[in-house]
Amino acid sequence: MTFFRMEKINKFFPMGEEQAHILKDIDLTLEEGDYLSILGPSGSGKTTLMNIIGCLDVASSGRYILNDREIEDLTEAELAHIRSREIGFVFQDSQLLPRLTAQQNVELPLIYAGTSPAERRRRAQAMLERVELSDRMNHFPNQLSGGQQQRVAIARALVGGPSLLLADEPTGALDQKTGRQVMKLFGELNGEGRTVIMITHDTNIARNARRIVHIIDGELTEGGDAADV
Amino acid sequence: MFKKICGVLSMLVECVRMSLQNIFANRLRSFLTVLGILIGVAAVIALITTVNAFSGSLSDSFKTMGAGTLSVTVTGSDLKSGLSTKDLNALTELPAVEGVSPQESLRSRISHAGSHDTRIRVTGRSGSYFAKNEGLVSRGRPINVIDENNSSRVCLINSDVTETLFYGVDPLGETIYIDGMPFSVIGTLADDSAKSVTSIMNGSDEIVIPYTTAMKMNSVNVVTSLTVYLADGVDSDTANDELEEWFDALFSYEEDCYSIMSMSSIEDTMQSMLSMVSSLLAGIASIALVVGGIGIMNMMLTTVTERTAEIGLKKALGALPWQIQVQFLIESFLLSMIGGAAGIALGLGLSMFLCSMMSTDFLISVQAILLGFGFSAAVGIVFGWAPARKASRLNPIDALRSM
Ligand SMILES: Nc1ncnc2c1ncn2[C@@H]1O[C@H](COP(=O)(O)OP(=O)(O)O)[C@@H](O)[C@H]1O
Ligand SMILES: [Mg+2]
Repeated sequence: MTFFRMEKINKFFPMGEEQAHILKDIDLTLEEGDYLSILGPSGSGKTTLMNIIGCLDVASSGRYILNDREIEDLTEAELAHIRSREIGFVFQDSQLLPRLTAQQNVELPLIYAGTSPAERRRRAQAMLERVELSDRMNHFPNQLSGGQQQRVAIARALVGGPSLLLADEPTGALDQKTGRQVMKLFGELNGEGRTVIMITHDTNIARNARRIVHIIDGELTEGGDAADV
Repeated sequence: MFKKICGVLSMLVECVRMSLQNIFANRLRSFLTVLGILIGVAAVIALITTVNAFSGSLSDSFKTMGAGTLSVTVTGSDLKSGLSTKDLNALTELPAVEGVSPQESLRSRISHAGSHDTRIRVTGRSGSYFAKNEGLVSRGRPINVIDENNSSRVCLINSDVTETLFYGVDPLGETIYIDGMPFSVIGTLADDSAKSVTSIMNGSDEIVIPYTTAMKMNSVNVVTSLTVYLADGVDSDTANDELEEWFDALFSYEEDCYSIMSMSSIEDTMQSMLSMVSSLLAGIASIALVVGGIGIMNMMLTTVTERTAEIGLKKALGALPWQIQVQFLIESFLLSMIGGAAGIALGLGLSMFLCSMMSTDFLISVQAILLGFGFSAAVGIVFGWAPARKASRLNPIDALRSM
């Protein structure tokens, strides 16, 4: 089943007098359960594309159909609803709130979704167990290593039970060993049936995905199966 | 539906928790921010409580001493400058009147055995004044009718004068000099002898002599100031009318020859003066509240800017604009309420102190406390609105890029 379809997506950002053309006629289709890697150098428009996929931003032109909904037609409240129920974000830096514990950070999306406190706690703890941090639930971010912080961020992305996990350079700030751990986790999550999109500038990391697309200067080219790269 | 309400409630609880965390994480800054609210609320509370207590004790003392008397001041006409003894007797004959007590004041040089030479207010009073007000004399005897008729040189003195002139020597039977004339001390005045309207305005009597003696010393032969004691069961309005009729006739219907004041009319005037002064002061104090509100607004705007990334993140995780707005409103509301609560505590302490200084009873005014909370809640919401709105409108993309 098709998870989403993008047709001729363009994105412009105002730059002084001019308009910077950041995404150029992007066509991309993703099947449910897929594991896609978007590979490209810094500044090529990866994060911009991810923001559009994740309904944080809208395209300047083109069509984006997510689970049979035309995203352009949705209100801000409906977009927020999609973000909290259907998409889990892992941002470029893990982006934990420093004054909340690991568990409270993971509970955050559920607070805005209106989940009851008991249910929130239960699901956050289950998710932290899933990323093997059950002994770190009450630690604050500055008491955790980079890899642990990233796993908390992944638990937070997953706690709402999204069908899509969207990760922007999830290993960018990690050493190779912890990076591999995170990749292993992504592989497992995809194995459990979740659709995963991972953005990276690192070919070795990209190879973990089942499918790779290249983005250079805002233009997307299909890269075929991971094995070919 | 029920689940939805529970969800909103638990979100609000989380907002409160996170707001408190933020407020206490920046303890010093939060404290400085709420200082304006604190001072404003404290000032308003202290004012209201103190003025309430003061006006309460004022009306109490008016009630205890004021019932059944009218006070008359005579300015007189060209033909008749005041009341003669005959007039006073005629006045006493009126059905509404039980008695009259004239008074005559002068400022005089006082000395004793060549010692001090101080200027003091001397009040001439009648025997009926002492008869009407029990407990005025602490030792010795009051002025009586014989003193009045003879214009005797006798006096009663209060404890201040006793101390100044006698240094612990028993003053009874001693002689003091008022404007060089010898007076013998027949009694001492009790300390709380504030028993007439004039004494409230002018302070209590220091030296009392027979009013006839005082008139002689002032070289006048008519009475211009007197208290009228009403007969039992006569209310002051009826008595007022009767007296006006009588005085009008006495002064041949000329205008502005006299004025009659009842205790309640004086009290009304004083209370309205008091409330005018207090609302003026409260108005000034509420400027501090506005300044405090601006302080809160400033801090909230700074907070929103500082926490742009956090706001972006929360929006990306599914927070709706109104949820972000509510969170920041709660934060400014709590901030202001904390300042308000501290202000109420300070204000109550302050008014307790002021009341004990004025030796009036301190009463906690629920109204003032509610007002304090109301003010700070309003300030928190009004001045938190714009910053919260700003936060709710941040674009998540821009907010995340600022990290
Ligand atoms: N909100 C924005 N406003 C203006 N320019 C932007 C904005 N977001 C991204 N850009 C520009 O678009 C280009 C691509 O950015 P980005 O998508 O973040 O690249 P990548 O994630 O691949 O490094 C960059 O040149 C960046 O400066
Ligand atoms: Mg990027």
